[in-house]
Amino acid sequence: MRLEVEGLAARRGGDMIFEGIRFALGAGEAMAVTGPNGAGKSTLLRVLAGFLPPAAGWARVTNAADGAGDIAAHAHFLGPVNAMKPALTVRENLDFWRIFGDAPLLEPEEALGRLGLDHVIDVPYSDLSTGQRRRVAIARLLLNRRTIWLLDEPTSGLDANAEAVFAGLVGDHVAGGGIVIAATHLSIAVAGMKRLRFAERAPA
Amino acid sequence: MIALIVRDIRLGVRAGGGALIGILFYLAVVAVTPFAFGPDLNLLSRIGPAILWVGALLASLLGLERLFRIDHEDGALDVLVMSRFETPLALTVFGKCVAHWLVTGLPLVIVTPLLGLLLNMEIAAIGATALTLLVGTPAITFIGAAGAAVAVALPRGGLLVSVIILPFTIPVLIFGVMASYGAVEDPAPFVQPFAFLAALTLFFAVLGPFAAAVALKGLQD
Repeated sequence: MRLEVEGLAARRGGDMIFEGIRFALGAGEAMAVTGPNGAGKSTLLRVLAGFLPPAAGWARVTNAADGAGDIAAHAHFLGPVNAMKPALTVRENLDFWRIFGDAPLLEPEEALGRLGLDHVIDVPYSDLSTGQRRRVAIARLLLNRRTIWLLDEPTSGLDANAEAVFAGLVGDHVAGGGIVIAATHLSIAVAGMKRLRFAERAPA
Repeated sequence: MIALIVRDIRLGVRAGGGALIGILFYLAVVAVTPFAFGPDLNLLSRIGPAILWVGALLASLLGLERLFRIDHEDGALDVLVMSRFETPLALTVFGKCVAHWLVTGLPLVIVTPLLGLLLNMEIAAIGATALTLLVGTPAITFIGAAGAAVAVALPRGGLLVSVIILPFTIPVLIFGVMASYGAVEDPAPFVQPFAFLAALTLFFAVLGPFAAAVALKGLQD
């Protein structure tokens, strides 16, 4: 599988956020999107995930096993908010996402175990700390097999230890033939990661 | 989709789900109307089905905004929309509507007999009104899904949802009340308006989720 982006541009409210983005990632490749706040990192991910239509250019998946060219059909999206319900327990939240998606991979217990959180599985999500909530949201990526991970500030709220664990998960996913695109202002320690750097936008 | 329905019902009945607010609002509307009409028991029992229907309609509108709003705020809607290649979005919306109706619409039907007694209605009229509400209120939820999807990204979209969908709910109201009267007043027909009411629900059960799916896919935020 290959993710190709050509001449991509995006607008928000009339302002051109970025244009002329071009890159290609093959299976087993990861890319960090870096840059200052407001440079367009999140917008790029939302365009890739199909939430925003591109103003120009295209982004698509080629050589996919099942033929669908939409990135969204092959991708997990981890946004800045966690997509978990405070009123449900961690297990109920993860069980739901696991059943709702295709290609189940890990059980919620195992996925949480990878993040060192197996002791909170029956706790209501609302009782967790900020960092724990983020780790549960990351655990969702492990529940269903999807080749592409689109991660928007994945490590926000994580301590150094959890960041290292997370970098390990990203490394495992890439080693297994996955593709990862992470927008972050911190560096994620994954070997061989490519970089796409957004510069400060020139004042209009 | 079953998992989605189960999740939404759980969310609806647990604390903060807001399922009770619709019932309280329904009770308030029905309890206040007799004071406005004065102490005429015959008048009250004659217009009873209409009062119950207006109360139930307004109470259903009240909770519709929550249908997608909370999922939008906590990011779950993004994931649901992205899963459209596995579970078609219209099916996801349909599941959310079913869960929403079970949590907010069905309780309105269940308390209707009690409120009918407050309005001095006959048993047959109460039964007929509860039956028409049971068949008719799902249509309001399905229509509302389209309105809620359009307004989901707007701050304070609640009132807007009501204004958008109110015109589309008027046929449901007309046939619902007509069928309720038809069951108790002799020359008036029951079967025809009731069949129309059922047809409206089935029609909007298909159209509403599709319209909502289009709106959610085109959110662009």
